[in-house]
Amino acid sequence: MRLRTTSVMAGAAALLTLTGCGAVDMTKQASPFANARGAKSLTLSVQSWVGAQANVAVAQYLLEHELGYRVDTVQVDEVPAWDALSQGRVDAILEDWGHPDQEKRYVEDKKTIAPGGDLGVTGHIGWYVPTYFAKQHPDVTDWRNLDKYAGQMRTAESGGKGQLMDGSPSYVTNDKALVANLKLNYQVVFAGSEAAQITQMKQFAKEKKPFLTYWYSPQWLFKKVPMTEVKLPPYKEGCDADAAKVACAYPHTPLQKYLNADFAKSGGKAAAFLKKFKWTTEDQNEVSLMIANDKLSAQDAAKKWVDSHASTWRAWLS
Amino acid sequence: MATVTATVGHSGVSALLKNLRGHRAVGKLLLLAVVAAVIVPVLDSHWASGSWPGALTVDLSAPLGRASEWIIDNRDSHPLFLYFFGYVSSAVVLSVRAVYVVLLAAGWAGVTAVAALVAWRTAGVRLALGTAAAFLACGLLGMWVPTMQTLALMVVAVLASVLLGALLGLAAGLSDRTYRALRPVLDTMQVLPAFAYLLPVVLVFGIGVPAAVLATVVYAAPPMARLTALGLRDADAGVMEAVTSLGATARQRLLTARLPLARKELLLGLNQTIMMALSMAVIASVIGAGGLGDRVYQALASVDVGAALAAGIPIVLLAVVLDRVTGAAGERLGSDSGATAARWVYAAVSALAVALAGHLTGRLDWPASWTLSIAEPVNRVVDWMTNHLYSGVPYIGGTADWAGHFTTWVLDPVRDGLQWLPWWSVLLIVAALAWLIGTWRTALTAVLAMAAIGVLGVWKPSLDTLSQVLAAVAVTLVLGFATGIAAARSERVERLLRPVLDVFQTMPQFVYLIPVVALFGVGRAPAVAAAVVYALPAVVRITTQGLRAVDPAALESARSLGATGAQQLRQVQLPLARQSLLLAVNQGVVLVLAVVIIGGLVGGGALGYDVVFGLAQGDLATGLVAGAAIVCLGLMLDRVTQPTARTTKKGA
Repeated sequence: MRLRTTSVMAGAAALLTLTGCGAVDMTKQASPFANARGAKSLTLSVQSWVGAQANVAVAQYLLEHELGYRVDTVQVDEVPAWDALSQGRVDAILEDWGHPDQEKRYVEDKKTIAPGGDLGVTGHIGWYVPTYFAKQHPDVTDWRNLDKYAGQMRTAESGGKGQLMDGSPSYVTNDKALVANLKLNYQVVFAGSEAAQITQMKQFAKEKKPFLTYWYSPQWLFKKVPMTEVKLPPYKEGCDADAAKVACAYPHTPLQKYLNADFAKSGGKAAAFLKKFKWTTEDQNEVSLMIANDKLSAQDAAKKWVDSHASTWRAWLS
Repeated sequence: MATVTATVGHSGVSALLKNLRGHRAVGKLLLLAVVAAVIVPVLDSHWASGSWPGALTVDLSAPLGRASEWIIDNRDSHPLFLYFFGYVSSAVVLSVRAVYVVLLAAGWAGVTAVAALVAWRTAGVRLALGTAAAFLACGLLGMWVPTMQTLALMVVAVLASVLLGALLGLAAGLSDRTYRALRPVLDTMQVLPAFAYLLPVVLVFGIGVPAAVLATVVYAAPPMARLTALGLRDADAGVMEAVTSLGATARQRLLTARLPLARKELLLGLNQTIMMALSMAVIASVIGAGGLGDRVYQALASVDVGAALAAGIPIVLLAVVLDRVTGAAGERLGSDSGATAARWVYAAVSALAVALAGHLTGRLDWPASWTLSIAEPVNRVVDWMTNHLYSGVPYIGGTADWAGHFTTWVLDPVRDGLQWLPWWSVLLIVAALAWLIGTWRTALTAVLAMAAIGVLGVWKPSLDTLSQVLAAVAVTLVLGFATGIAAARSERVERLLRPVLDVFQTMPQFVYLIPVVALFGVGRAPAVAAAVVYALPAVVRITTQGLRAVDPAALESARSLGATGAQQLRQVQLPLARQSLLLAVNQGVVLVLAVVIIGGLVGGGALGYDVVFGLAQGDLATGLVAGAAIVCLGLMLDRVTQPTARTTKKGA
C-alpha cells in the first residue's frame, strides 16, 4: 500500500513537471460554492452561538442589499475557523473571544490574517446560577459557598458531586482546571453543544430547579432565564497563563474581528464595511433574541433591525 | 427440542452439528481458562490489576501534536502539498464547482425534468413521478440551493468512489493475492463509524469541501470494491470455460463475459456507494461540507428542530429516490432489451427543452413565494412535547425521569462494572466471546484491538463508550427482535412497517439528536436513545428476513406435529434463523457504535466527546487518538459478534 502511494505520488509529480504545471497552493482555494453566479461574493464564518449569527445576519443583509454582494456563510468551530480564515476559505470572522496561540501564528508569524478591529461588544465568561435560586440563597453567589449546595446541583450524570454544566467543547473554557484548583465538590458535565445546554437550562428553569452553569454574556438567554453570576477569585492579568493552574475568574474580553489578509487588502467595499462594522451589546441582543426566541429567520431579524437603526449602519457604509 | 428438530428431516444434520459445536465451545473455553490460569498471575504480579496499567501505554499526543503543527506550518510551502495534495484539492474544488454551476444553470425545472426522465428510463413511470415530486418538495421546503450543493458534492464523490472502488474491485476480482490482501481491509472499513474518518483528512486538507469529498470517497468506495470483486469472482465457471475454449483473449474474456455477468453486483455496489456517500456528505458538514448537512448543523446550534427537519427531509427524499431508482435499475437489467437508444434520445431532448424553457423564462432560482415553512408548526409540536412529557407526568413519570433512572440504574452500573473489571479479564472476556461465535482469527483480532485501546491510553473513556454501546444494543435487540418476529408472522405488520423503516434508515443521524435532548435532557441517556432509534430498522429488517427465509417445509412439519405458535417460533424458526439473528446483532452493534460516538454532541461524553473536542479545538492529537480508539472498538465489537460466514450487507 505504502509503495503504491509513493509510486502514485512520484508518478503524479513527474506528470506535473512534464506538463509544465506549477505548484498549486491549496491554502489559496476558495469554496466551490462561492461566486457561482459571477457576482461579487464573499464567505463569512458563522460560529455556533446565536450572538455570532446576529453579527453575520446583519452584515450579510447590508452587504447584499446595500453593497450588492452575494454572501455565503459557513459554520465552523472557533479554532478551525482561524485555519479556514488563513486559507481564505472564509473571508472574515466577526466575533472572536481571544485565541492568543492562533493570533501569534497567523497574524504575527504567517501574516495571513489581518485584525479587523473591535466588534464593539465586550464578552464575559463566568459561572451562573438562576436568579430565582440566588434570591432564595444569596450566599450561593460566592464560590466559597458552592460546596454547600453541591447536593442540590446533583444530577444523574455528575455522579455523587454537584453538576457544573458546560456547553460546546469548542468554546473557551478553564472549568475543569478551576474545579480542581478551587477544590470544589463538582463535576464538569459537557452538554456537547450549546443547543443541548440551552435546552437543558430551559427545562431546569421551567421547574425552578437549581443549576450551576458555564455561561457568557452577551447572551439572549438572559432575557428568558435570568441568571446571576457566581463570584470566582478575581481576574488578574496573566493569572490564566498556565491552563492547568488557573484559579481565577475569566477576563472581560473586547470581542475582535479578523479578516483574511488578502481580502483585507483587495476586498474593496466589503472589506472596508466589515472593518467599520461596530455595534453595541444591546443591538446584538436585540437581533439574537429575534432569531433564537421569536424564531425569526436570521435574514428577517436582520431586516427588522436594519429598518429601525439606519443611523447606526449608515456610518459603516461611508 | 430434540424430538422436534430431529424429526424434521434435513435439519437433523444441523442439530448434530450444533451438538458438536457445543463440545467444541467447551473445549475452547477450557483452553482459554488454562491459558488464563498461566498468564494472569504473571500479568497481575507485573502490573497491578484494575484499570489498564500506565506502564503499558504509549503517549502519542506529543508526536501527533507536532505532526499537526508541522502540517499547518508547511501546508503552503512544502512540495508534498504544493505538488500533490494541492492538485488533489484543486481537482475536487474544480469538479464540484463545475457540477454545481451546471446544476444551477439547468435551473430547478431542468434538474427536476432530467432527474425524472432518468428515473423513467431506468426504473419506470411510478418512480419517475416520485422523483419529480421529491425534487419539487426540496424546493417547496426552501432548500433548493443547499440541495444542489449537496447534490454537486455527491455527484463528484460518488463518481470518484465508483471509479476507485471499481479499480480496486477489478484488481481483487482478477488476482487472488490482491483479493486476500484487500478483503480484510475492506471488511474493516465497512464497520468503522463515519466520525473516525473525518480527522485524518482534516489534518491534511483543512476544513472545507475537499476534505469532505475525500472523507466521503474513503467511506463510500469499499462497498463498490467488495461487490465488484465478488461479482467478478462468482462468474459462472461453465460460461468462462466456454468463452476460453472459443479462444477469447484475457481482455475479451473480461469485457464480454465477466463484466456483463457481474452486472447485478456492480449495480448493487453503485446503490450502496450512493447511500453511504449521502450519509457521509451530511456528517461531513462538521468539517465544512456545506449544503443540506450544514443547514441541519446550523439549525441544531439554535435548538431549532423545525429548521433541522426542513433540511433533513430533502436528505431523506434524496436517499429514498436514489435508493429506489438504482435498486429498480438493477432489477430491470436483463429483462429490458433493445430499441432503448431512441427513447433515451427522446428523453434527453425533452429534458433539454424543459431546461431551456426554464432558462428563457428566467425562472432558474426556485421562486421564493413557492416555499412552505414547516419549521414553526414542528417547533410548536416539540414545545408541546417538552412541556407535557418531560417530567411530572402522573404515575409513569416524565421522559426526563426515565432518562435519569436509565442512567443511574443501567448505564452507571454497567460503566462502573466494566471499569472495575481487571484489564486482563476484559481481554479474556473479549477472547472468549469472539472465539465462541467466530474463529480463532476473529478472536485474535478482537483481543489485539482491545489491547491497542489500552496502549493508546484511553482505556477508561473507551469502556465508558462500550457501556453505552452495550446498553443501547440490549435495548435495540429486545425491541428489534420483538418487532421483527411480529413482522415475520404477519404480512400486514410488515407492510405497515416497511416505509417507516425506509425513512428511519436514511435519516441523517444529526436530526435524531435534538428531539432526544428535548425529551431526555443532556447526557448519555439521549445518546443511547438516538442510537437505538438509528439501529432499530436494520435489526428489525434482518430479523424479519431471517425468520421469513426459514424453510417452509420445516415449519409445516412442526405444525403437523401439533406445535403451537410459540413452540414453532422458539424451537424451529429461531434456531434455524440463527445466522440472520447473529447478523442482526452484528449490524446492531456497528450502527449503535456509530451513533453513540456522535452522541458526544449531546453529552454522551467519552470517545465521542474527544473527537468533537479534537475537531472543535483543532487539537488533532486528542481527536486522532480517540478516533483510533473508536476504530479499535469498532473492530473489536465487529469481530466479537461476527458470525463465521459473512454475507454482504447494506448500510452501516
